[in-house]
Amino acid sequence: MTATTIETQGNALTYATIEPEAGLKAALAIPRADVIDTVRDSGLKGRGGAGFPTGLKWDFCAAEKADQKYIICNADEGEPGTFKDRVILTRFADLVFEGMTIGGRAIGATLGIVYLRAEYSYLRPHLNDVIKQRREKGLLGHDIMGIEGFDFDIITAMGAGAYVCGEETALIESLEGFRGEPRNRPPFPVVAGLLNNPTVVNNVETLASVACIFAKGTEWFKGFGTDRSSGYKLFSISGDCEKPGVYEFPWGITVAELLKEVGGEDAKAVQIGGASGVCVPAKDFSRALAFEDIPTGGSVMVIGPQRDILDVAENFLEFFVEESCGQCTPCRLGNPQMLKAVQLLKQGECPPEFLANVKALGETMKVASKCGLGQTSPSAFLSILEGFEDEISNRAPSA
Amino acid sequence: MPVTQQEQLRADVVALVEKLGPGRSSLIPILQDVKRRFQEVDAESMQTIADVLDIHPVEVYSVASFYAFLHGAPEGRFVIRLCGTLSCDFAGKAAVADALRDELAIDFDQITDDGLFTLEWTSCIGMCDQGPALLVNDQVHTRVTAEKAREIVAACRAAAATTEG
Repeated sequence: MTATTIETQGNALTYATIEPEAGLKAALAIPRADVIDTVRDSGLKGRGGAGFPTGLKWDFCAAEKADQKYIICNADEGEPGTFKDRVILTRFADLVFEGMTIGGRAIGATLGIVYLRAEYSYLRPHLNDVIKQRREKGLLGHDIMGIEGFDFDIITAMGAGAYVCGEETALIESLEGFRGEPRNRPPFPVVAGLLNNPTVVNNVETLASVACIFAKGTEWFKGFGTDRSSGYKLFSISGDCEKPGVYEFPWGITVAELLKEVGGEDAKAVQIGGASGVCVPAKDFSRALAFEDIPTGGSVMVIGPQRDILDVAENFLEFFVEESCGQCTPCRLGNPQMLKAVQLLKQGECPPEFLANVKALGETMKVASKCGLGQTSPSAFLSILEGFEDEISNRAPSA
Repeated sequence: MPVTQQEQLRADVVALVEKLGPGRSSLIPILQDVKRRFQEVDAESMQTIADVLDIHPVEVYSVASFYAFLHGAPEGRFVIRLCGTLSCDFAGKAAVADALRDELAIDFDQITDDGLFTLEWTSCIGMCDQGPALLVNDQVHTRVTAEKAREIVAACRAAAATTEG
């Protein structure tokens, strides 16, 4: 593993204070139903960005009757500007596997699968080593920790370079050997997921957080954050700031507070949530990072005063044009139109009528696209048009 | 009796299927393996894989062409993927891109005449705090400068010369 090149700075992470297997032991000491209640009581919401309540997801899956169920760790960390899962998998893989094992017991799954993005191939030997060690310690395999009949194992599977596979049904398609094209929902994966079996798909950080919650208790966890966004979150911070890295902050921190921590106070904007997130202009830096204000999977890209905001929009739209799976029309055709509008705006030659149409198209994409990719790809574009109207409209036509 | 590359491939795919299982879910790992060894997945390979998995070759093509790391076209022994995303952009990816174009005498999405290098843009590779970042096959390089990019290319050339000699 390339440990030296992936060293990331930031602040102290709670993960480092968690005793090995403390969470797993606590979770195995209580009845299965109580495990799900604990996760629900903690208020933990999915850390990948969508923010679905984890306990509810587990509960749905546990309620399904099936011979085979799966729990999948979504390690397809592809959102631009996100790298906290890479750090978690490098330094705290045991916590992730603990969370998967706890989830396996809660929902009645005997197999966990880590779907690792192709770009992180160099992490696979490390993850397989940790899994092997856990088998040798009796933390995976048959009769785990001496509990008769509690069988659970974990394997790793590789992605092959497709952002859309971070979407859970596309991820499942990929695991089954198909193009990573999202499925229609319902049925949701908790009912009919991998090979049509009930399947829970959780983000890397969500699973690590589960282990922490059992190790330290729900009250401890709820002591961080806000009423509607409990706990803390890892943020991947990059761009124009002095101290980029992975930071742990409680939910509810404002953009301004965050920028102060990382040395990016002079930013003119911050892109929160990656390419699929929103661009927050400086006048709104008092807004909070929380599910009730700005929800995010943790990508924070700081945009300095020297940057052209249209370059930012163009970069994201080039990304979406490349990564759209092409299955549904709004996303396949809408993203190139938004890109075209941004390029015309850069030249100062975008006809107002065309811009109005593309804006309306963006709104349509939000509701008419099949999956989260096309539903969120207009967000950055639209928020930039709204937040930087002066900068954009004052542009002189190029000669 | 000499074994043709195609016969060898068939034997390898059969062995892989024995290891991974005969199901459709073996398709992507097989494609990854073939791609790794031959730097391409040509039509004959797709036909062979389809035969062994008992699916239509179009299905194999459909999957191979979907994924950025699998696409069937020939690639160099060293695939250099430079991250094109915003933070690497801010960190100075343009200078690295220029250095790579110059050093390899190709543009992006091209392969060098000696078949050693392919140059590609890639979406975010999760190294945003230490950009510009690039991948050489599975290996990640961070805080790449124009000078460092040239060194990376030189190291690949040296490695290729060693294994050939």
